[in-house]
Amino acid sequence: MAEPATASHFLPEPYRVVRRHRETADTWTLDLEPAAGGDALAFAPGQFTMVYAFGAGEVPISLSGDPARPERLVHTVRIAGATTRAICTLDRGGVLGIRGPYGTAWPVDRALGGDLVIAAGGIGLAPLRPALYAALARREELGRVVLLYGGRSPDQLLYGPELERWRAAGVDVHVTVDRAGREWRGPIGVVTTLIERAGFDPERTTALVCGPEVMMRFAAAGFVRAGVGAERVFLSMERNMKCALGQCGRCQLGPVFVCGDGPVFRYSEIEPLLAVPEL
Amino acid sequence: MTVRSVEDLLRDTRLFADLPPHHLETIAGCAVTARFDEGAHVFREGGPADTFYVIRSGTVALETHMPGRGPARLVTLHDGDVLGWSWLFPPFRWHLDALALEPVAAVAFDGVCLRRKAEEDHDLGYELMRRFAEVIVSRLQATRLQLLDVYRHDG
Repeated sequence: MAEPATASHFLPEPYRVVRRHRETADTWTLDLEPAAGGDALAFAPGQFTMVYAFGAGEVPISLSGDPARPERLVHTVRIAGATTRAICTLDRGGVLGIRGPYGTAWPVDRALGGDLVIAAGGIGLAPLRPALYAALARREELGRVVLLYGGRSPDQLLYGPELERWRAAGVDVHVTVDRAGREWRGPIGVVTTLIERAGFDPERTTALVCGPEVMMRFAAAGFVRAGVGAERVFLSMERNMKCALGQCGRCQLGPVFVCGDGPVFRYSEIEPLLAVPEL
Repeated sequence: MTVRSVEDLLRDTRLFADLPPHHLETIAGCAVTARFDEGAHVFREGGPADTFYVIRSGTVALETHMPGRGPARLVTLHDGDVLGWSWLFPPFRWHLDALALEPVAAVAFDGVCLRRKAEEDHDLGYELMRRFAEVIVSRLQATRLQLLDVYRHDG
């Protein structure tokens, strides 16, 4: 059970936009620093913050930067409504309110000594990027590190130059898109088709999956079919969060609150809930 | 350089890896290695479907021609993927174009030969149909996911 929230839990800290980078037509990455100076929040891969655009509203956004670099918070945001539009259109120097970090983390440590396979769909790569940074920081303690990344089309892929850097750093990067013209030289097909080609050792693999819920259901089932135990597959769930403190119930998913019990869940625990249409 | 037998190559494929040796031997009798240059068509829509392939290396795109819009690329196939199932069912005509996007090495299977052997040995026929059904179901699931266009409102 969550602790009772106090007023300070709801009070956002002011953060200033120090860098703004356009990833795709409707997606931006913002680097934020505390307006009062000092280090930003310490966080674990997979956690999120509540980002408040003054006068517009507050939304949960995953942290997508390097957890080992506490001087900045990095968020990749897709415009999906008035609040995310206000966040994405904020100029350098503009101020946002930040609460958090909240939620459970990707269990990167669990993968040490074995293979780590990361399956991302669309903007789902953003919450997984901190896990990749954490994996790269301990690259020698891991077997294969594989990134399977699927997008709608080539122009909607995130972090293009970084994908190459990860390849160079020892990550097997496989990228596919659902649709593309003849100018695209890479694979066409859904991200789940990459699983059987990825060549990991299922007995010693930990899989981290993030993307639209349907994609995660297909991908998690694909990992289990490939021989990865459901208890070693982890998903990051998304629900409409409001308080992020496990108090308001907006993000309730059956017996769990996604903001506090998640967003990262074991597939073996969450799978029965995914099959309930009313949830 | 070691020259590997077709049977050895079949053992390396996801499709036939766990097939009993006597079936493997029969299937190998209907198979040869094949190569396609970049830009070559492996087969064309409407052409006779008397062969299927397991890709050993390279990429093949499945395309269909859209009047006024040119070729539409539907999916790409890669190492270990099965290419073609129209050889299994009448009218034995390809439904799509298959274009090699880079040099492709494959094992090519004579569909007429395999159909005959499957008629003679129903155990083999069952194994073939079961494996192709699995490929078709997996391709169908992927197509369904593709149709859902899940990233459209993602975020």
